Amino acid sequence: MANVLVFAEVRGGELRKVAFEAVTAARSLAELSGGGQVHAVLAGGAGIGGKAELLARYGADSVLVLEHDGFAQYNPEALAATLVQHLQGATYAYALFSATAQGRDLSPRVAAKMGVGLAADLTGLAVDGNAVVGQHFTMNGKVIATLAITGAPAIVSVRPAAFQPAENARPLAAAAITSVVDPLASRVKVVALKQGGGDKIDLNDAPVIIAGGRGLKSPANFQLCEDLADAFGNAAVGATRAVTDEGWRPHSDQIGQTGRNVSPTLYVAVGISGAIQHLAGMRTSKTIVAINKDKDAPIFKIADYGIVGDVMEVMPAFTAAVKQARSQG
Amino acid sequence: MKIAVCIKRVPVMEVKFVIAADGTRVEESGLKYDVNDFDLWAIEAGLQLREKNGNTGEVVVISLGPDTAQEQIRKALAMGADRGVLLKTDAMPTDGFAVAQALAAELRDGGYDVVLFGRIAIDSMNQMTGPMVAELLDLPCVTNVCKLEVANGAGRAERQLEGANEVVEFPLPALLTIDDGLNKERLPSLKGIMAAKKKPLDVKPAQLGAAHVTVRKMELPPERAAGRILGDSAAAVPELVRLLQTEAKVL
Ligand SMILES: Cc1cc2nc3c(=O)[nH]c(=O)nc-3n(C[C@H](O)[C@H](O)[C@H](O)COP(=O)(O)OP(=O)(O)OC[C@H]3O[C@@H](n4cnc5c(N)ncnc54)[C@H](O)[C@@H]3O)c2cc1C
Ligand SMILES: Nc1ncnc2c1ncn2[C@@H]1O[C@H](COP(=O)(O)O)[C@@H](O)[C@H]1O
Repeated sequence: MANVLVFAEVRGGELRKVAFEAVTAARSLAELSGGGQVHAVLAGGAGIGGKAELLARYGADSVLVLEHDGFAQYNPEALAATLVQHLQGATYAYALFSATAQGRDLSPRVAAKMGVGLAADLTGLAVDGNAVVGQHFTMNGKVIATLAITGAPAIVSVRPAAFQPAENARPLAAAAITSVVDPLASRVKVVALKQGGGDKIDLNDAPVIIAGGRGLKSPANFQLCEDLADAFGNAAVGATRAVTDEGWRPHSDQIGQTGRNVSPTLYVAVGISGAIQHLAGMRTSKTIVAINKDKDAPIFKIADYGIVGDVMEVMPAFTAAVKQARSQG
Repeated sequence: MKIAVCIKRVPVMEVKFVIAADGTRVEESGLKYDVNDFDLWAIEAGLQLREKNGNTGEVVVISLGPDTAQEQIRKALAMGADRGVLLKTDAMPTDGFAVAQALAAELRDGGYDVVLFGRIAIDSMNQMTGPMVAELLDLPCVTNVCKLEVANGAGRAERQLEGANEVVEFPLPALLTIDDGLNKERLPSLKGIMAAKKKPLDVKPAQLGAAHVTVRKMELPPERAAGRILGDSAAAVPELVRLLQTEAKVL
């Protein structure tokens, strides 16, 4: 039996989907170790405590609420210091984070402060004696390593979308905690958050991704991808580096080795050659469709379904057919 | 301005990896090596910082790895860095914290204004060494930097998140991890390559920390089953939609 401290990620005052995934993963870690408690840390500005109920719904036995203006934006220095104090003061066998930009910034700080290791970006979790064992992609996603981590606590981060959030409601038990250092005195200060994409669905949350490459020839032709995304209704539009380098799409849309890692149910590659650096970020997608005029394009080697054709011709027909299928279904 | 850049020797990834007989490593024979992509951008960031701040001070490149990592240090020197340090080990730990401790020991008394890391090493895919070193040295730390301005002892950066950027202000000295999008690295010139041969490169043993993370197994991900080409024009669309509905069940 072992207790788990889990960090619930907030951005712009809202819990992110990865927070529910993390609580779900923490819950399973607690069960695997014979049924311990899951304590979730929820940090933010005024009013953040109101979100505690959502974490209880996904299985947090208790929610530690760190509410202060100094946490209205991400505040890694004060967060790391406060998390370490809690980890030292109680008997947590494990600490769990999301392997996002935020979690991969915060978790190494906590590990180093405590003098323990970190197993990052795990896609599976098991408990073996006093070790946590999990799968971690290495070599640009081409090799899977099974890692074992020991330590008091053992610190892990879990890959977005690897654990589907599962409701497992607990009665709400929230407790206010305070920062161990003045949160307004941090040396590094986040002064603004520039949200991209407005109310569009984020690439990591989208079950369907329509990704465009240089084969689209111009930024205006990305409308073909937007139209197909609209036809699906639950889709986000991504891009290759060739496209973001040209400035056709923002860098935050880039999928691949140096961009986002995505794993949607359906990935449609439009005018994308399938360079290894692109594949590194999307090869674990469930179903892959490729549309490319070059029958030898490497993308066809990993696509489940391919059409060798001109995107200008195929995309409007595809969009119309998806619209029709959805209106009938 | 005194700048340190930590760079890692990593395999060139355009290969088919083979798992070694003991099942916990990749076979190294036949692999080629280069500087980790993100570290090239960190070197470039360091060189630009020096150039924009009066071209005084130095850019020091530090790598932990086997003797052969001298090749990667020489590449950084050819790009324009001033001197190199190799923290030598023949057994690269999987545990990022063990590596962070050795790098921190070398950086600690260096008097650096800016310490640069890559966001992630594409072989380990750990994405942890930079912020761990920052904690060990108690330095202000900004990760995933995709925009950067430094002047008058302070900096302003943008951090790349999923679908958003954070604008961050920080004092120097500081440790930054560099993301894609900040710059494009320069190519070493012929003159740079010649000059690099004469630049100082210290070799000393790495003081690695104890490992908490070990590899139990390595394996290749399952191959994707061969896909099907459905046609060579929009005429294939109805069949595609049918398969997405009935076979893949995603529509
Ligand atoms: C260090 C490093 C990191 C990198 N990181 C990334 C990364 O994170 N993500 C990434 O995506 N790339 C990355 N790259 C770049 C990668 O190597 C490729 O250059 C890039 O992915 C190519 O993008 P593309 O497929 O859009 O363009 P191209 O390779 O130019 O392919 C365009 C494709 O469109 C097809 N086409 C052209 N016209 C039509 C038409 N009318 N109809 C149908 N098809 C058409 C062509 O046949 C071709 O296959 C990285 C490279 C390096 C060196
Ligand atoms: N062996 C090493 N030698 C020098 N720098 C390293 C080494 N390993 C990691 N780093 C630095 O830490 C960054 C992140 O690596 P990692 O945490 O392994 O993903 C790299 O981009 C390098 O800047």
